[in-house]
Amino acid sequence: MSALDSLRETFRRDQVFDFMRQGTRPVAPGQLDSGAGKNILYLEDITVSFDGFKALNDLTMYIKTGELRCIIGPNGAGKSTMMDVITGKTRPDSGTCFFGQTLDLTRMSETDIATAGIGRKFQKPTVFPEHTAFENLELAMHGAKSPWHSLFTQLSGEQKNWIEETLYTVGLLEDRNKVAGLLSHGQKQWLEIGMVLMQKPQLLLVDEPIAGMTRQEVERTGELLQSLAGKHSVVVVEHDMEFIRSIASTVTVLHQGSVLAEGTMEQVQNDPKVIEVYLGE
Amino acid sequence: MRDSTFKSAFNDRTAKTFMAVLFGATLLVTVLNQLFPADSVLHVSAYTVTLLGKYLCYALLALALDLVWGYCGILSLGHGAFFALGGYAMGMYLMRQIGDRGVYGNPELPDFMVFLNWSELPWYWHGFDQFWFTALMILLVPGLLAFVFGWLAFRSRVTGVYLSIITQALTYALMLAFFRNELGFGGNNGLTDFKDLLGFSLQSDTTRVGLLIATAVALAGAFILCRWITGSKLGRVVMAVRDAESRTRFVGYRTEHYKLWIFTLSAILAGIAGALYVPQVGIINPGEFSPLNSIELVVWVAVGGRATLYGAVIGAILVNYGKTVFTGIMPEAWLFALGGLFVAVTVFLPHGLVGLVAENWGKVKTRFAQNGNASNTTNPAEGDTP
Repeated sequence: MSALDSLRETFRRDQVFDFMRQGTRPVAPGQLDSGAGKNILYLEDITVSFDGFKALNDLTMYIKTGELRCIIGPNGAGKSTMMDVITGKTRPDSGTCFFGQTLDLTRMSETDIATAGIGRKFQKPTVFPEHTAFENLELAMHGAKSPWHSLFTQLSGEQKNWIEETLYTVGLLEDRNKVAGLLSHGQKQWLEIGMVLMQKPQLLLVDEPIAGMTRQEVERTGELLQSLAGKHSVVVVEHDMEFIRSIASTVTVLHQGSVLAEGTMEQVQNDPKVIEVYLGE
Repeated sequence: MRDSTFKSAFNDRTAKTFMAVLFGATLLVTVLNQLFPADSVLHVSAYTVTLLGKYLCYALLALALDLVWGYCGILSLGHGAFFALGGYAMGMYLMRQIGDRGVYGNPELPDFMVFLNWSELPWYWHGFDQFWFTALMILLVPGLLAFVFGWLAFRSRVTGVYLSIITQALTYALMLAFFRNELGFGGNNGLTDFKDLLGFSLQSDTTRVGLLIATAVALAGAFILCRWITGSKLGRVVMAVRDAESRTRFVGYRTEHYKLWIFTLSAILAGIAGALYVPQVGIINPGEFSPLNSIELVVWVAVGGRATLYGAVIGAILVNYGKTVFTGIMPEAWLFALGGLFVAVTVFLPHGLVGLVAENWGKVKTRFAQNGNASNTTNPAEGDTP
């Protein structure tokens, strides 16, 4: 009987045939499909090797829509490589990587992935050093991005307001006309987060956001990331345990290229395997 | 926030100053050449008029390079090729204008073809008896080459020194090809003995002045166009590509499209410069494709100062003036002087002469402000940065 039940569950018509479900419409091909209750990111059996060294080894992980997920792991655990795979910088040797139900990230270019709605903040803050903070956000702004469009476009009042709001959110309103290369390390981190926000992403990948920040800045960053979750899905890679404890609901521990443990901070901390490789050090 | 319409590029202070100086100098030379008799002290010779016209062609070429190198970070060591192609297109028109006034008096074939015992005009020479067709080719040929070359190079993400080397190889290959008589561009001797352009004799002073004015207008037009582009969002994206290309890609721009766009435009500007250059110097030969020319061009821009546009123009004129003077005194030492200049600029003046002036001007202003009322002045250096 239970076998029949599970078979029925598997072949539920509204699951197999999306269009049968009440109140939802199937997305057009090439559009992001990440309705409520679904996952926004599917990483399955991903392997990446560099000269025989397996940076990712059969990594399988799912990110729920609207979730704030923290990823920890010792150096070389594959955290940054995982981000590279998601953003199209590195192609996996094997495995699948889907954004929503429909978008195969392993077959999209960096630009396409960015346009589809994945924004990334790098480990080393990378902003445009010769542009002002305002211009940095303007460049990152969601919208048409072809050369001809850029040549003729003018900022509308609405867009200006939006940029200013974002400048306010990341605390750079006063330094809006400062050249980004002259900002402090922490400010650059924030500017980059602001740039990611301007892309209107569905999924934010945030690599070590609090490196080089003061205590207050760390607190504000935590608040900012928490406020983003829900509307966006956020994946944070961080080393700082205290910071993670203050913001995370779910934590994934990576070790040697695959998932070692997953759960709340408490569960993870009490996991003997995790203690052995990471926290016990 | 800066306004970035085409009209504002026309109206901004830098463009106005630039045009005032450019047209002022052109007008002065024109008046001194045309209104004063040849024995007057104030008379400017036709030689000087043409020399100035030549400098302005170089300035336009330097402007084109500054657009790709200064703003987009693409160090092209083959921009002379686009210049020479534009020049050859103009040269072909001028050859066809000679008609039966050549040495062999053949109304259809240029002299060198008669000399090679060719019986008819090669297909690619057809149409060059029409000026409109020539004008189109001046834009199209360099533009198309740059487009195809750039499309292949940027799509494969060839950057930095590798790109510089293949641009160098491009111009070298073209030089070797154009040296061959079989190609039908006059081989070693190139195209020369031009008689007239649009019916005006190239020997007359009036035509020379006319060409100088045309060059000045082209340079001013190109300057405003470049000002507009660099002031637009397109310009900001291009500079972002220069500073952090992968970041630009991650915020959703197809950087290869932007590079291709700016590279093609730059090649077209270089082609126009070449086309204006040829009637003024009276010859175009494969030597113009020589890699050395393209490297000299890079030195002009480096000396003047990158990513300012007017710096490239100033650099081109100063270095070429230096070359004119220097090669008159010690011709064999010129290349050493040029090399020395490049090293000196790289080591001591990373922002070129324009950068040097701007820095010192900033210091003077700061000192002035400190001597005056120190309390209510903001830091002028900050206001100066573009």
